[in-house]
Amino acid sequence: MLTYAPVDADQGVIQKIFYVHVPLAIVALCGFVAGGVLAIQHLRTRDRRWDMRSYVTIHLSIVLAVGVLVTGSIWARASWGHWWVWDEPMLVVFLIVFLLYATYQPLRFSIEDPERQARYASVFAIVAGAFVPLCFGAVRMAQSVTHPETGTMTTSGPGSVTVTFLVSLTGMALLFVTLCKYEMASKNVTSQLRRLRRRLEGGDDGLPAAGRSAAPQP
Amino acid sequence: MRATVAALLRKELALELRTRESVPAMVLFTVTTYVLFHFGLDRDTVEGDLAAGVLWVTLLFAAVLGINRLFVAEHEQGGFDGFLLAPVDRTALLVAKAVTLLCFLCAVELIAVPAFGLLLLGPSLGQALPELALVVVLADVGIAAVGTLVAALAIQTRARDLIVPLLVLPLLVPVVLGASRATAPLLAQGGAEALPGDWLALLALYDLLFALIAYAVFDFLLED
Repeated sequence: MLTYAPVDADQGVIQKIFYVHVPLAIVALCGFVAGGVLAIQHLRTRDRRWDMRSYVTIHLSIVLAVGVLVTGSIWARASWGHWWVWDEPMLVVFLIVFLLYATYQPLRFSIEDPERQARYASVFAIVAGAFVPLCFGAVRMAQSVTHPETGTMTTSGPGSVTVTFLVSLTGMALLFVTLCKYEMASKNVTSQLRRLRRRLEGGDDGLPAAGRSAAPQP
Repeated sequence: MRATVAALLRKELALELRTRESVPAMVLFTVTTYVLFHFGLDRDTVEGDLAAGVLWVTLLFAAVLGINRLFVAEHEQGGFDGFLLAPVDRTALLVAKAVTLLCFLCAVELIAVPAFGLLLLGPSLGQALPELALVVVLADVGIAAVGTLVAALAIQTRARDLIVPLLVLPLLVPVVLGASRATAPLLAQGGAEALPGDWLALLALYDLLFALIAYAVFDFLLED
């Protein structure tokens, strides 16, 4: 990525953060919307595994959104001279969406009954998932677009911007899916371990887990 | 369905007329906020963008107060159980509550907007009033739909007072954006300018989308 992709004529090497920032943003946005779709599945089937999937997707998308804000800020500083630029729609949308989704964990945490927690979290995920594209459209409408588009950059050197970008995007999407799988596996193993340990201690199998948690319990 | 909504609405309005819990508090809050803006901005009058921003942020925060109180009586006095036991469509509660919130917001704005014109606004409010009313109603429908949904979502949580503003404020960013952009030309210094249609379209789209979402998911917030 560093050597293959062409160097931007205006911005120089710093422009290469584009290959991290934009795929992060796209994957995080899709993750938020996917969390909403999984939540619809949960409400339709009443299967708690869908809630778990929705939770993991949103959880990781929040992490990626932090990454988007940080890389976006660095890029804005390097190319426009300010850490925060209000007329970059992607950055502003991400701040709003991040602020909204930051409430997801506290919301789950403040509902004790696990069944209700899953149901309410799904309702939140659906509303917020529909909000993401609307908010993006609204903010985009509010600003004269200064966001650099892939096709409009003047570049020098060999290699193609599009190819590099597509490779980064695929890599980021695969990374996201892998992380989701890992987190799901970890959640399942933890709950299984807890169940086994409780059985070893001779306790009742049906007891709820000790302490409250924002994470769904399968 | 219509009879249920009418009955619930009568109950809500009777409750508010007797206890006077929400609307007076919201009105007082808006006027206090104008005073705060006067000192905070150190300006005697505002106009244009600034006026629209001050007006909409104030109305939004007042709406948060109303949203916070919306389901409190049901929650504390077993109204949810009573409603669920009755053989009626659950959507009726959503519609009744949203219309209640809409009434509250309109009642607040009947006082808050003239008070804004009196206390802070530089240009005269008179000629822009019909257009302003249109923007206000469009924004109120959006606030009522989202507010009812969030109020129902937050009422069962332990930290209701914290969850409501944290959820409602980001969700209503497009409403504030659309409403204040649409209002800004109306409050401009040299007389009101034309109403920007695209921002009204955004508000209408937002209202439609969130009304549909609220209609679709509200049932899941009531089963217990």
